[in-house]
Amino acid sequence: MNTPRATRRALLVGSLLLLAGAAQAETSTQDAIAEYREMFGDDNPAELWQSRGEALWHTARGPKQANLTACDLGLGPGVIEGAYAQLPRWFDDTQQVQDLETRLVSCVTTLQGIPREEFLKVKFGDGEKKSELEALTAYVVAASRGKPIALPMQHPAEQAAYALGKAAFSYRAGPHDFACATCHGDAGKRIRLQELPQLTTAAGAREAYTYWPAYRISQGELRTMEWRLQDCFRQQRLPQLKFGSEVAIGLTMFLAKNAEGGTLAAPGIKR
Amino acid sequence: MSDPMRIRAAVKGEKVEVKILMSHVMETGQRKDAEGAVVPAHYITKVTASCNGRDVLSADWGPSVSKNPYLSFRFKGGAKGDKLKVTWTDTAGDSRSDEVSIG
Amino acid sequence: MISLRLPGVLAASLLAVSLPLYAAETAPDAAAAMQRSFEAKKQAGMDRLQQDEVQALCTRYTTATLPAEAASSIQQASLATVKPPSDGQYLGDYKAGEQIAQTGTGLQSSDDPAKPNGGNCYACHQLAASELAYGTLGPSLQHYGKLRGQSPEMLALAWRKLYNAQADVPCSNMPRFGHQKILTEQQLKDLMAFLFDPASPVNQ
Repeated sequence: MNTPRATRRALLVGSLLLLAGAAQAETSTQDAIAEYREMFGDDNPAELWQSRGEALWHTARGPKQANLTACDLGLGPGVIEGAYAQLPRWFDDTQQVQDLETRLVSCVTTLQGIPREEFLKVKFGDGEKKSELEALTAYVVAASRGKPIALPMQHPAEQAAYALGKAAFSYRAGPHDFACATCHGDAGKRIRLQELPQLTTAAGAREAYTYWPAYRISQGELRTMEWRLQDCFRQQRLPQLKFGSEVAIGLTMFLAKNAEGGTLAAPGIKR
Repeated sequence: MSDPMRIRAAVKGEKVEVKILMSHVMETGQRKDAEGAVVPAHYITKVTASCNGRDVLSADWGPSVSKNPYLSFRFKGGAKGDKLKVTWTDTAGDSRSDEVSIG
Repeated sequence: MISLRLPGVLAASLLAVSLPLYAAETAPDAAAAMQRSFEAKKQAGMDRLQQDEVQALCTRYTTATLPAEAASSIQQASLATVKPPSDGQYLGDYKAGEQIAQTGTGLQSSDDPAKPNGGNCYACHQLAASELAYGTLGPSLQHYGKLRGQSPEMLALAWRKLYNAQADVPCSNMPRFGHQKILTEQQLKDLMAFLFDPASPVNQ
């Protein structure tokens, strides 16, 4: 194209001026996060949790003085590569559908003999208070980076978990009548300047699910899916979602299955 | 006992590019906890880096630096195989050093 | 892989059901599962999980899929809940209204029950042109009063929307700020002023 440089520059300036105020505000927030990600390059503060998790996985601890290298996350004892991509799923030994976090609890309590309440005393870290659950989660999740989400869901309990998740997603309650669907049921919406993925479609579910757990810049902490669900319900003005509850597992199953075929990029970096 | 720093140092053209991810709460001393009590200040005040014993960076930090600081810088005069050592000191008097070979 | 150690009753029912199960109409008892999956936290009690008729219907349907009889039933019942201002004056203080629109806290388990609740209007709506950080879950309310004037019908309609939006749009996503006692009568009046007062930032 032989457009003179001055004309091209004028065209560029002209099109930039056409950007409306609100669009600028939105893109500048997204740009800031994108810039943040670019500055990190291949690095991600989540790696600090991954390193801690790796150390915890290989350290003999608890009354049984065992490490977690025999932990079966669904692909056989000790296999972590690709494990997150096939969770949640049914486990014969616990006779339950489990997500990664509850499965880690099972391994810690069974293999190491550490009591559940003790291990879950600090579920979600806050500054000096560090969460072992978060560290182990980050470590295992990172081993599924680049893998496609695949949930055959052949077991009836897995299908029931999905159905419950789907039903819970639309459950309107509390003083504000909020359900997950209120914010995540439509496409192209945002709350203040935060984009809201439509979680009922494959595209929207992938956008959200492939990037959690994530390092939350605003909190300076790595946050897991269980944390994300609990915090949504807090904002919905509902009581506390119990860790590893049917609804927590069901919603995770609903999101993961909807996101099937998507490629995992977690742990990610988010606002 | 603090978490190790994650340091990446590689020759990029004429300079060495260094990227460091530090694990530190960087508590400003302005925050209040759930009960309303002030969370005491606890942040890194000094960061130094040396290449085979030669100082290449010295930084004075304050409470405005965010949690889990990520520092990136470039310097001249380093070569592959040289030892890059990074040290931080904080308001509690704690200190941490980690070292890598430049790649 | 299905475990062969399932109890007899469950195994029998499995044989009776065809796959894929999740596509079938076996509705899980969501209300019961919600009760089992939550616990009270500070001001967020378990009673908040109990659905009223609007919530139950609007879980099953959306505004678009709601059957006609259910829609008019919700609208009529909701209209009946709308209490006009006790002194007949719809408009309060727009500056106070702006604060209410900007405040996003209130009624969460992490909130102080002693503090007034916010309306969090900017979470979903564009309002004053000068505020760029607005959401798009609801329509833009920019120049609301300027475009509509202050006829008695207009004031009554806006009041209804704030008090109980279900009266006009059954299964609306908008919270029922008056009926659910999220905001006080004075707060609603202040929001009305924020929307209608010619001097309000909304109408600049």
